[in-house]
Amino acid sequence: MKATLRRREVVKALLRERGRLLVVAGLGSTAWDCTAAGDSALTFPMWGAMGTAAMVGLGLALAQPKRRVLVITGDGEMLMGLGSLATVGARRPANLSVVVIDNERYGETGMQETHTSRGVDLAATALACGFREAMGVGAREELAGLRKAIHAGRGPLFAQVKVSAEKLAPVLPPREGSVLKARFRRALLGPKSDLD
Amino acid sequence: MIDWPLEVYRTLKKAQVRQVGYVPDAGHKRLIELCLADRALEAVVLSTEEEGIGLAAGAWLGGARSALLMQSSGVGNCINVLGMVRECRFPLLMLVTMRGEHGEFNPWQVPMGQATPAVLTAMDVAVHVARTPEEVTPMVDAAARLAFGSYQAAAVLISQRVIGIKSFQEQSAR
Repeated sequence: MKATLRRREVVKALLRERGRLLVVAGLGSTAWDCTAAGDSALTFPMWGAMGTAAMVGLGLALAQPKRRVLVITGDGEMLMGLGSLATVGARRPANLSVVVIDNERYGETGMQETHTSRGVDLAATALACGFREAMGVGAREELAGLRKAIHAGRGPLFAQVKVSAEKLAPVLPPREGSVLKARFRRALLGPKSDLD
Repeated sequence: MIDWPLEVYRTLKKAQVRQVGYVPDAGHKRLIELCLADRALEAVVLSTEEEGIGLAAGAWLGGARSALLMQSSGVGNCINVLGMVRECRFPLLMLVTMRGEHGEFNPWQVPMGQATPAVLTAMDVAVHVARTPEEVTPMVDAAARLAFGSYQAAAVLISQRVIGIKSFQEQSAR
């Protein structure tokens, strides 16, 4: 079945009225998608460290148990850190969601096919790893429910959202890592975070 | 003989460490047990060491200090993601039990064990080497100050001399 959802629209819908939500964006297209939906100090867009986005989300979720944490990443990035699904599943933080925007391609390197194009089911993997809920999403009508679960459901939640393989112009967040870190901490913890 | 794992645990508590990521290792067995028994600590078992770099980054973004426990073979798994630590200037405290170093019995451990200090140095991690049980706690204390006081990546390599594993039979009996 051909995917019809468009990635920028999906991410925009999930980040609508995000409130106190903390976001980790995996490297490449999902970081650009999050920036296109509106750059925010409370989004940590990754420009490298491929395969660790879900783990950054886990560390953040455990440090901030009263806040909701959403990791938005790509299928290639998730595949590189597949073991982190097991690590999240073993710890089961109730405030963490991982959403994979799955175009079945490595978007930054020439749109080569990933394992998900050959049937690897990330949602089933997450469920087998112990996520409380894991869903495959392919229709626009499902996005509102997913957004609600991210904000109010009991996690860890996983969603694999099938999107069409389109090459879009990047919308870039700031590049410098120390700036991205400092602005996130100031927005979350206040100016005193500079003194920690 | 001094109880260095207990002293290291107390040093981590004094440094206000709240999360400990670990990949199980015989040399870290007692320290891991102490961390798991502490309900004020989040002890997170990892499936591979580089996950712990992500965990530490996320913890710091959320305002929590962390430590990462691994064996020297796991240092190699962290190389690329240590780039994030340097670029973002995340504090990082790694406690590494050495293999392939002092009287190793398993030849497959030797290449990574011998390369561990060079690999860490190449990725801008400050290396402290504890060669005796007495040296471990002061080095962990210094590395924690360097990490959290000066926003650096710091590793303490705990020598095989300290851990004292001499044979496979001895290791599996622990």
